Amino acid sequence: MLSLLWLIPVLPLAGFLLLALCGGRLSRQHIAWVGCGSVGAAAVTTALVAIDFFSLFPAREFYQQTSWNWIDTSGMTVGISWYLDALSLLMVAVITGIGFLIHLYSAEYMAHDDGYARFFAYMNLFVAAMLTLVLADNLLLLYLGWEGVGLCSYLLIGFWYREPEYGTAAQKAFIVTRIGDTALAIGLFILFTQFKTLSIQQVQSLATGAWPVGSNLAMIVAVLFLIGAVGKSAQLPLQVWLPDAMAGPTPVSALIHAATMVTAGVYLIARMHHLFELAPMVQEGIAVLGLVTLLLAATSALVQQDIKRVLAYSTMSQIGYMFLALGVGAWPAALFHFLTHSCFKALLFLAAGSVIHSLHHEQNIFKMGGLRRHLPWTFWTFLIGAAAMSGVPLITSGFYSKDWILWSVWSSPLSHRWIWFGALLGAMLTGLYSFRLIFRVFFGEVRTQPTGESGLAMRLPLVVLAFLALTVGFLEMPHTLGNVTLFSHYLSHALPTTALLPGMDESSEAREQLAVTVAALLGIGLAALLFLPGSLFGARGTDQSTTHPSMTLLQGGWGFDRLYDRLFVQPWFAITRNSSDMVDRGYEWLAVCAESCHGWLSHTQTGQVRWYAASIAVGTLMLLGLFAM
Amino acid sequence: MAMALWLLILIPILAAPIAWMGQQWSRHAPRWIVLGALAIDFILALWLGGQHSAGQASGHGAWLAESHTSWIPRWGISLHLGLDGLSVVLILLTAFVGIVATIASWTEIQSRVGLFHCQVLLALGGVIGVFLAIDLFLFFFFWELMLIPMYLLIVIWGHAQRRHASFKFFLFTQAGSLVLLVAIVALALLHQQATGRPSFDYADLMGLTLTSEMARWLMLAFLIGFLVKLPAPPFHTWLPDTYAEAPTGATIILAGILAKTGAYGLLRFTLPLFPEALNEVAPIAMGLGVVGILYAAVLACAQTDIKRLVAYSSISHMGFILLGAFAGTELALQGVMMQMVAHGLSTAGLFLLAGALEERYQTRNMGQMGGLWSVTPRLATMTLFFACASLGLPGLANFIGEFLVLFGSYATQPVMIILASLGMVMAAIYSLGMMQRTFFGRQQDTRTASDLSNVAFGTLLFIAGLQIWLGLYPKAVLTTTKPVMEQLIQHALVSANTIHVPSESLLSSHIVTSQGSTP
Repeated sequence: MLSLLWLIPVLPLAGFLLLALCGGRLSRQHIAWVGCGSVGAAAVTTALVAIDFFSLFPAREFYQQTSWNWIDTSGMTVGISWYLDALSLLMVAVITGIGFLIHLYSAEYMAHDDGYARFFAYMNLFVAAMLTLVLADNLLLLYLGWEGVGLCSYLLIGFWYREPEYGTAAQKAFIVTRIGDTALAIGLFILFTQFKTLSIQQVQSLATGAWPVGSNLAMIVAVLFLIGAVGKSAQLPLQVWLPDAMAGPTPVSALIHAATMVTAGVYLIARMHHLFELAPMVQEGIAVLGLVTLLLAATSALVQQDIKRVLAYSTMSQIGYMFLALGVGAWPAALFHFLTHSCFKALLFLAAGSVIHSLHHEQNIFKMGGLRRHLPWTFWTFLIGAAAMSGVPLITSGFYSKDWILWSVWSSPLSHRWIWFGALLGAMLTGLYSFRLIFRVFFGEVRTQPTGESGLAMRLPLVVLAFLALTVGFLEMPHTLGNVTLFSHYLSHALPTTALLPGMDESSEAREQLAVTVAALLGIGLAALLFLPGSLFGARGTDQSTTHPSMTLLQGGWGFDRLYDRLFVQPWFAITRNSSDMVDRGYEWLAVCAESCHGWLSHTQTGQVRWYAASIAVGTLMLLGLFAM
Repeated sequence: MAMALWLLILIPILAAPIAWMGQQWSRHAPRWIVLGALAIDFILALWLGGQHSAGQASGHGAWLAESHTSWIPRWGISLHLGLDGLSVVLILLTAFVGIVATIASWTEIQSRVGLFHCQVLLALGGVIGVFLAIDLFLFFFFWELMLIPMYLLIVIWGHAQRRHASFKFFLFTQAGSLVLLVAIVALALLHQQATGRPSFDYADLMGLTLTSEMARWLMLAFLIGFLVKLPAPPFHTWLPDTYAEAPTGATIILAGILAKTGAYGLLRFTLPLFPEALNEVAPIAMGLGVVGILYAAVLACAQTDIKRLVAYSSISHMGFILLGAFAGTELALQGVMMQMVAHGLSTAGLFLLAGALEERYQTRNMGQMGGLWSVTPRLATMTLFFACASLGLPGLANFIGEFLVLFGSYATQPVMIILASLGMVMAAIYSLGMMQRTFFGRQQDTRTASDLSNVAFGTLLFIAGLQIWLGLYPKAVLTTTKPVMEQLIQHALVSANTIHVPSESLLSSHIVTSQGSTP
């Protein structure tokens, strides 16, 4: 069954082709069948492949398959080749599994949209591109997937194309991420020039042999790859596109801008971990970037009014945790947080979509409230998602993954204490902004009357994801609690294990965990105090009108948009305001010159013979004079 | 075989007057004659190409098919045609793009239909002659032959500013041709100086040893002659006016094929004839390529006229060709080859679509469009596809061309390549901007318009299919052209080595990369 590997990305691609070419002629029901079915079939194929993969695992750690030679000329050989190992199998499972649930949800959520076929076509193409990205054996194929997901993200953000602002948001997303993509491409040029191959495994083994740790080239390439990763994963300084990307339909935000595409940067860094290990300074930079992003995004999430923008900032913040983990060398912890995050964040987005759906596309949380009784399914699943994101101890998956990251930050030789304190502050803020949402949306008085709970196709994914958001955490439990190491054991065949500082024992781990627990609960408690109607400060519920400058700064995501507008966008528009070609002016001047000379000379053509005779005489004299000289 | 080469040129040229007369028989007869002639040419070229790859196994021998007849022996001029992988690919492209151009003019051209198609065939016959002639005098003859019908196509069937545009086109290309002619004659005379008899023959002139001073000047002349056609800055300014004002069919021929004759000239003549001066001229040419990529991309972003936008994007893409041609590695040359084919296809598609928009809304101003997705979904979808091709989306042919050039040139000129890569960001800006202003957003023009006809849609789908095929299986082109590029690099290196002491870093990097790339 392993030989079916190529089929996993091809199935959604076939769905895309079918919908793109004859989507107009299919009924809505058939469109939904094709759209969901192709991803579902990919998920089933993944399961079949996984069974086979595990039958020989860990004796055989990876499986490689070449579909055909893509480029084979003049010293460059690149195949359409697939590479399956523990890391890519994890990614594929999440993409097809959660992808299928989101497709199922969309079948109902988008049911009344004009562009039903177009929507599923783009979604299927996205899944195909994302699967190509994670299954690619070489960097060029990875780049194909990388650009493909970017394109689909663009198309789906601007899905409702009649709104010009949505179009702007879509273009912004594509162009900002393309800046990162270009850096990645330059990284590819350097690697190829050095090693004459683009195979991910070969490049890294050659690099490890040729470049000493901390060498210039290693640093440069690592920085270029990092720029690519921060662009896709919406980390500082290329994070500005993600909040605007919420213009797309909510299932899109769940699939692309929460569960899968935005974590592509995390995958890239994990996949290229040998390279990053050669550049310790860059790795430290990843940790700092992650920390700064997670704090900036968390504080911004606190003051947003749009339910989806809160979730967008929370996504940035949670991916910040993943980058932090990558930066301190806690590779499996980063991937574990990726796994739990894609469950609970997809859940939160879908539940938010359910709220929005029932409120006639109202997204402002200050116009919501009291939905607990009207939308019980949504409420309970949203609550589970928020609890998982906040890291409510013991019962939620978010606790186990975040705790693992914080423990790694505490105990890693690559980290510093202040980073840990920053991350702890972030954990507190996470509880605060997550439960601010819960209290604002589901408690208090009803401000907008909902139309009622949604149907089965939307509820089923919510329930499954809620179940996962509670339970996937049990795959990996710390020494102090159960000591389950299924996940780290599994990933140890693809990623290095985390190094520990000497003297880190169970008692220090327990103390550290206590701090994390307290921080999360403190955040939730604070949220109850501040935002729960009827509590101490909860009465002042409508801080909608607050225009304090610090508030505006936070709401605008710390003013990066305005900064970039001044630095890049305005100058660019100034340059491109003038559509005329400077070089052409030179030629025009030549033409004008010739014409005026012509006009001037034509004055001599008077028709008077004496004038001609005189000029002949003068000319002859001048010529004679010239010869005489 | 020799006869077949002449047939390739003569079929379109002889069909031209028949197409003109065909107008009397029926309205569509000239169109069908063009389609028939080009289809026969295409199949003939395909057959010759098949012979070609079969014969390649035997190894040496520059040309697979060659035809040599004496013409004016006193001046060393002969009717000498030669066919290799490079010309096969470009002739196939010519016939195909010619067919697309004919389909694109199906409804647009209503007056003097016979004459229009006669000019199309003459121009294409000239282009095919350019791709086959290996006597420089004959080459120049065809070079001029394609120019005059193109001029007529623009000045008779063009849009409002057609006089200005056609005049500018003629002046620029003619000035470039003159520079080229002087250099060709100079070469023939130098051959007389060296051997006692003048010769315009490619093989003779290749063997000519020039002083580095002379080689430098002649190479510059050969460079300028071809850069005007390519075009590259600062000789590009005829292009936006011409592309915008020409009728759609002519624009497709200009952008899809005529630009390639410039690129072909660089590969066939400029590079192999003057290896002595390559090291001096290469950085200048590559620099011009990078300037072209960036400068034209910025201007493309600034345009409001959709045809001018595509025209500037076209100049930007041509920059990659110039960059790769002088990079001195086989990989970059293969990229150039791919870029020629890919750009020919993508730009033909884009101009067909821009023409269709213009035909429907009587404007090229994107400010007056917007929100057309729901009105003309087929048109919108195809434009989206070709916009993606133009911004270099992986999986499509343009990506292969651009990336092979960049991969192949990085070793030679890393800084230039990094700058050229910025063109990728700008390509995203202008391509997506074009989509936004025409098909997305609020609808400005509430008139209903018919969507693409089945024929046009089918043609575009076919080009899209070719783009995907070559994007995922570029070997189809690359294997055909590989021997040519191999030879080109080897020739350049050997000649450069025997004449110059390899002191410059550029030269040494050539050697390193070629060792790395040839097994």
